[in-house]
Amino acid sequence: MSLVLLLEQVLNGVQLGVMLFLMAAGLTLIFGVMGLINLAHGSLYMVGAFAAAAVSGLTGSFLLGLAAALAAAAAAGALVEMLVIRRLYARDHLDQVLATFALILIFSEGTRWLFGSFPLFLDVPTWLSGPVALPLGIDYPKYRLAVIAVGLAVAGALAWLIGGTRLGVQIRAGEADREMIAALGVDINRLYTLVFALGAALAGLAGALVGAIQSVQVGMGEPVLILAFVVIVIGGIGSIRGAFVGALLVGLTDTLGRVLLPVIMTHIVGPQSAATVGSAVASMAIYILMALVLLVRPSGLFGRT
Amino acid sequence: MTDTVLQVRNVSKAFGAVQASDGITLDLRPGEIHALIGPNGAGKSTLIAQIAGALRPDAGSVWLSGQDVTALGVAERANLGLARSFQVSAVAMDLTVLQNVVLAACGAQRRVWRFFRAALRDERLIAPARAALARVGLTGEAATIVADLSHGQRRRLELALALVLEPTCFVMDEPLAGLGADGSAEMTALLAGLKAQAPILLVEHDMDAVFALADRISVLVYGKIIATGAPDAIRADSDVRRAYLGDGE
Amino acid sequence: MRRERIVNAALAVLLLGFPLWAYWAGEPFLITLATRAAILALAGVGLNLALGTGGLVSLGHAAFFGAGGYAMGVLAWHAQMYAPMNIAGFEIAGTKSMPVIWLVAVLTGALLASLIGALSLRSSGVYFIMLTLAFGQMAYYFAISWPAYGGEDGLSIYVRNGFPGLNTLDPIQFFLLAYAVLMAVIWFMARLQVSPFGLALAAARQSPARVQAVGIGVFRLRLVAFVISGAITALAGAMFADLNRFISPTMLNWHTSGELIVIVVLGGVARLYGPVAGAILLVTLEHVLGGFSDFWQIWLGLGLLAVVLFARGGLVGALAGRAVAHD
Repeated sequence: MSLVLLLEQVLNGVQLGVMLFLMAAGLTLIFGVMGLINLAHGSLYMVGAFAAAAVSGLTGSFLLGLAAALAAAAAAGALVEMLVIRRLYARDHLDQVLATFALILIFSEGTRWLFGSFPLFLDVPTWLSGPVALPLGIDYPKYRLAVIAVGLAVAGALAWLIGGTRLGVQIRAGEADREMIAALGVDINRLYTLVFALGAALAGLAGALVGAIQSVQVGMGEPVLILAFVVIVIGGIGSIRGAFVGALLVGLTDTLGRVLLPVIMTHIVGPQSAATVGSAVASMAIYILMALVLLVRPSGLFGRT
Repeated sequence: MTDTVLQVRNVSKAFGAVQASDGITLDLRPGEIHALIGPNGAGKSTLIAQIAGALRPDAGSVWLSGQDVTALGVAERANLGLARSFQVSAVAMDLTVLQNVVLAACGAQRRVWRFFRAALRDERLIAPARAALARVGLTGEAATIVADLSHGQRRRLELALALVLEPTCFVMDEPLAGLGADGSAEMTALLAGLKAQAPILLVEHDMDAVFALADRISVLVYGKIIATGAPDAIRADSDVRRAYLGDGE
Repeated sequence: MRRERIVNAALAVLLLGFPLWAYWAGEPFLITLATRAAILALAGVGLNLALGTGGLVSLGHAAFFGAGGYAMGVLAWHAQMYAPMNIAGFEIAGTKSMPVIWLVAVLTGALLASLIGALSLRSSGVYFIMLTLAFGQMAYYFAISWPAYGGEDGLSIYVRNGFPGLNTLDPIQFFLLAYAVLMAVIWFMARLQVSPFGLALAAARQSPARVQAVGIGVFRLRLVAFVISGAITALAGAMFADLNRFISPTMLNWHTSGELIVIVVLGGVARLYGPVAGAILLVTLEHVLGGFSDFWQIWLGLGLLAVVLFARGGLVGALAGRAVAHD
């Protein structure tokens, strides 16, 4: 395998990683601040993608589509938080799992009812289509590079939000001690709605950005949700930094595993069954990574023990 | 050395910058009640957790009947004869009093891996459980759900659970916590009768009970034992008076 | 307690009586529906041991359900192709015999549950949920990417497997077989719940520190419960695959895990007959609501939300009151 091809795959891995980060950051924030496990996070990803596809289809503007994705996912998140999620904070995990599973059914079937069962397509805008020439002779799709840039920019903005703003102080206080933020005079209901909507918006953004690479369809959020859980387990629950490192690890492991393992397997099991064994092992690579991290650090790389 | 039941040697444990246990050494001899006292935040709970096996010390060792148990977990130490009671009652709230004590009997007799026979029909489990309940005066509450017990009854259940283990030593974390005057007196009498069965390491805030019960007292302040001795000696110790008793606790 | 017994008996009679009536009325499709309910109830009974009695919220039981399904699919496929398996140089023939298939399914489920359990039970709470979900999905993606047994498309088995002395192609006979297995497993569960093991498992849910303190290792306790739970769910998976004469990765998908949890919770967590009530309810809803609307899962979702938010305790809880008697 040539170096150029390998580097392209590394970039693909980073691109998957930053998208996973957008998902995992919201999930881990919601868990850290409110103690809630939200299975419906993938539905918000789907809402973002559908909103982007519908609006950019109507207006012809990709950027308007992105704005719509953010707005729709944030609004859906805020609405769901106020109607349902709010009643779950004091409940046990089983109730949270069940209620958010019910939300998935409602979101998925509702979307199918609105948009039908056929996938929608979100086109990459002309100003972002085509390849861009990188050093070492790599031709890489401009859009994917832009996705990486957006992901990194959001990660930076999130670090600033949590590290350097009043809202960030409240979020960190909320993670440490719920009674303390109430004592600080913070309107806790508003803070929770805000955090949930923020997480939802990040998921919606990820859905819209990925929607232009893959097709936009019902259930698209679920594989990503599972990957985001793997990211959180690896990174440590509640840690944004852990989510970032975990997301890149998972993105790179998954992408490179799918490319490299069949090649490696050729040397181990021979060329006939290399493709089969390689792809089967590659599909499990991130879970094996998760198991290994867990054996060494049971509460994740950046988790509190 | 051989006649100590429980021995803590140079145990240290830090949480970040806080040195919760700072080179603690103490022992428990047959037939005695050894009380551990100290102001709030002195590190008593941390020490109990390390003795029981819930926390691993950073340094030092814990010995039970001459065996180094530092590397063993809570269940293994219980199997070697260490019975602990909890400061806040930790019992299965939805089960009955008898079910809770029978569970302890299952643990004591290693009869957990039985899947067919009803636990409450096994006389080998029921008999010791009923005997323990009789000793703490809970016979009449055997069929009561634990969640419906009064606070004082739960403290006595806590004691019955330790009793049924037939341990070689008791480690008790504030058995008198939250009891009224009558309840304290009853519990004090129960504890006094218990040391004939096995020695007790007793963590307690109630100074009247401590000085009435203890054969020896150790004083823990900021993770260090500052004095160990007979109750009279401890009462007279100037360091102790300054660090602790003088505060009027 | 006595009221719960009456509810249990009513559920057992209902699940038996309905298909007998359908047989008399000449409605084989309704018998198949009842068989589906009985088998899903069996899967739920397995999950209920971990989820209800043990308090272990597993979102990965689809892996065991699917493992049982694939045990059936693989064995029956080799038998129908007359192509023996080659495992480490040994030639092993497939089989169309249900008892053998069930044994293999139970062992497969137990083995998988001991692996997933050993890795996941070191953690608790949300970590445990995410880990079981992730390892369950690992099995799903593995089944999709492993082409030997149909990959994403799954496997069709042309003729239902046989059971000595029965004609399993006859819907009512297959139902009675499934019902008998369900009742046998529920009987086993009833014994288990009052045994020392069941007592310790229930206590470990409520106060793990106490269980440790009386000398019982909680990890081992939970692992054994998880393995039994997985084995029972795998048995149900093998029967479910036989009912459909088809097996695909969908059985392993985490939605299946979600549905199993729904069955347990709708019926009543930690209630002996909770999964039976839940499975009857779910299959009925599926059939009745599915007849009204293509989007019936919206109504299922809304109903589920209502149950979680406002009516805890499930169906058996609503009918039979508090879990343990006061006398």
